[in-house]
Amino acid sequence: MKFSKILISTLIVALGLVACATPKTSLKGSIAIDGSSTVYPIAELVTEDYNADYPNVEITVGFSGTGGGFTKFAAGEIDIANASRKIKQAEIDALVAAKVEYLELKVAYDGLSVVVNKQNTWVDYLTFTELKAIFGKDATATKWSDVRAGWPEENIVIYSPGHDSGTFDFFTEAVNGKSGVIRQDSETVKISFSEDDNILVTGVAGGKGAIGYFGFAYFEENADKLKVVPLTKDPVKAAVTPVFATIADSTYPLSRPLFIYVNKASLKRAEVMSYVTFFIKNAKKLSAEVGYVSLPDADYTAGLALLK
Amino acid sequence: MKKKISYHTRLKRRLLLNQIFKFIFMSTIIVSIMVLAILVIDVLQKGLGSLDLDFILNMPSSRPERAGILPALLGTLWVIGLTALISIPVGIGTAIYLQVYADKKSWFFKALNINIANLAGVPSIVYGILGLTVFVQLLKIGPTVLAGALTLSLLILPVIIVSSIEAIKAVPSSITEGSLALGVSRWRTITGVVLPMATPGIMTGSILALSRAMGEAAPMIMVGAVGFVTFLPDSIMDRYTLLPMLIYNWTSRPQDAFAQIAAAGIIVMLILLLLTNLTAIIIRNKTQNRVD
Repeated sequence: MKFSKILISTLIVALGLVACATPKTSLKGSIAIDGSSTVYPIAELVTEDYNADYPNVEITVGFSGTGGGFTKFAAGEIDIANASRKIKQAEIDALVAAKVEYLELKVAYDGLSVVVNKQNTWVDYLTFTELKAIFGKDATATKWSDVRAGWPEENIVIYSPGHDSGTFDFFTEAVNGKSGVIRQDSETVKISFSEDDNILVTGVAGGKGAIGYFGFAYFEENADKLKVVPLTKDPVKAAVTPVFATIADSTYPLSRPLFIYVNKASLKRAEVMSYVTFFIKNAKKLSAEVGYVSLPDADYTAGLALLK
Repeated sequence: MKKKISYHTRLKRRLLLNQIFKFIFMSTIIVSIMVLAILVIDVLQKGLGSLDLDFILNMPSSRPERAGILPALLGTLWVIGLTALISIPVGIGTAIYLQVYADKKSWFFKALNINIANLAGVPSIVYGILGLTVFVQLLKIGPTVLAGALTLSLLILPVIIVSSIEAIKAVPSSITEGSLALGVSRWRTITGVVLPMATPGIMTGSILALSRAMGEAAPMIMVGAVGFVTFLPDSIMDRYTLLPMLIYNWTSRPQDAFAQIAAAGIIVMLILLLLTNLTAIIIRNKTQNRVD
């Protein structure tokens, strides 16, 4: 039991050192936040800056996924749920059943980017019909030549975020019409799922016929390794490349808002109110700092009005 | 009739065989050490630049150059310390019961033994789900240090029990029977003879199990370890984050600077593991000397 004694004494010493250095302000309390790993970087940055002003509010931010976040939100375990998509009907039902009233606030935009390998010289743009031919439930295309005539007979390899992420839900809903529906992994077309977007980046960068999708920030940081594909819903119109401007005005078809859902009962607590207000007021600057696209000013003003 | 082979031919063959196996075994150890070396060198190259006292003592941050690990380091120490306090006594107690008191011929004993061995192979995420359902929700402990430690205790108990049973088995029966024959009670024999002799084995097994628990992230996400906290844990009912959680989060960030601080976090993790294993060795050596 000597081991644990050493541990405990180390702890006591370390805690003592830290306790001396804590400054004080009047606002106290605790806030629990969980949900989307896409929204996590924004929430983390906001929390950090908020905590510099209000050091006595204890805040925790988790990243158990949009779906996991809503489950905890309904169970009353957290005050704020981060979401990279709108809340689903089933989740609303669960909240109604649990008598949890909530407020939906937009905090930023993200452009879901479809990317291919740098050596892929043939793809100039993709229509949604073509995306469906690659990602759809009953998709049959196994080679790029099956997607559009004239493209080479290179095998398609797919990289996709995992089933618990809001990114996956949003993409499948936009492309396949139903959230959560995607092509089956098969002998002819390999689909790799990963919750870690950096693994998807490595995968797409590593195979000539590879295609994948993830948040804009991941493409931006890896623009030297990947090629982003302009998209269009309507084959007659010109395809749009995801950049800050096209994501912000939603001309890019996979532009998606990111949300925080706040428990109305929690909002009655002073620390939660002050935190959420701080979040919306600073979301413009801070979301850009972590690679997301900020909303038009009117949206933030509307958000603040909701809080009143 | 069998052909007779001279002694010298056989000797030559054996020596040759000896050489071949020596080569095979040497290459296995070289391969495994090389893999480890590549891993460590890679991590050191990426992480050493970011590793300084500030990194240990700062709070986590979204700005990689300012980020530190203090709450995660303390969270890990709290959770693992509490896990040790829970799992080691329970584990040793179970091992003593199974090895000394239980009727080894009963079906109950056999079923128990098979189950414990099986539990050691259950994936850690299953323990996470169990911990979430039983400790966090059913017993309403919430996503706290205590719930995390209880879950990790379940995870490593099978390993502690099995290694403790082996250590107790290794105590020569001549000594325990000698003690009983001299009229010493069963309880005093356990505390005075069996346990002191088995301590090195028990402690080695337990600390190796704790080292494993220290690196777990998957089940801990389930039971409520978070990614970012603005405070330091100071009770077992506090919320917490852990080193593996920070490392996991940082490696999945798009910016390269996070990959570097993730590597620095891994170095701290390695040092922590090295220290725990060192403690195991010191305890083992000390207790061994006492008995011999």
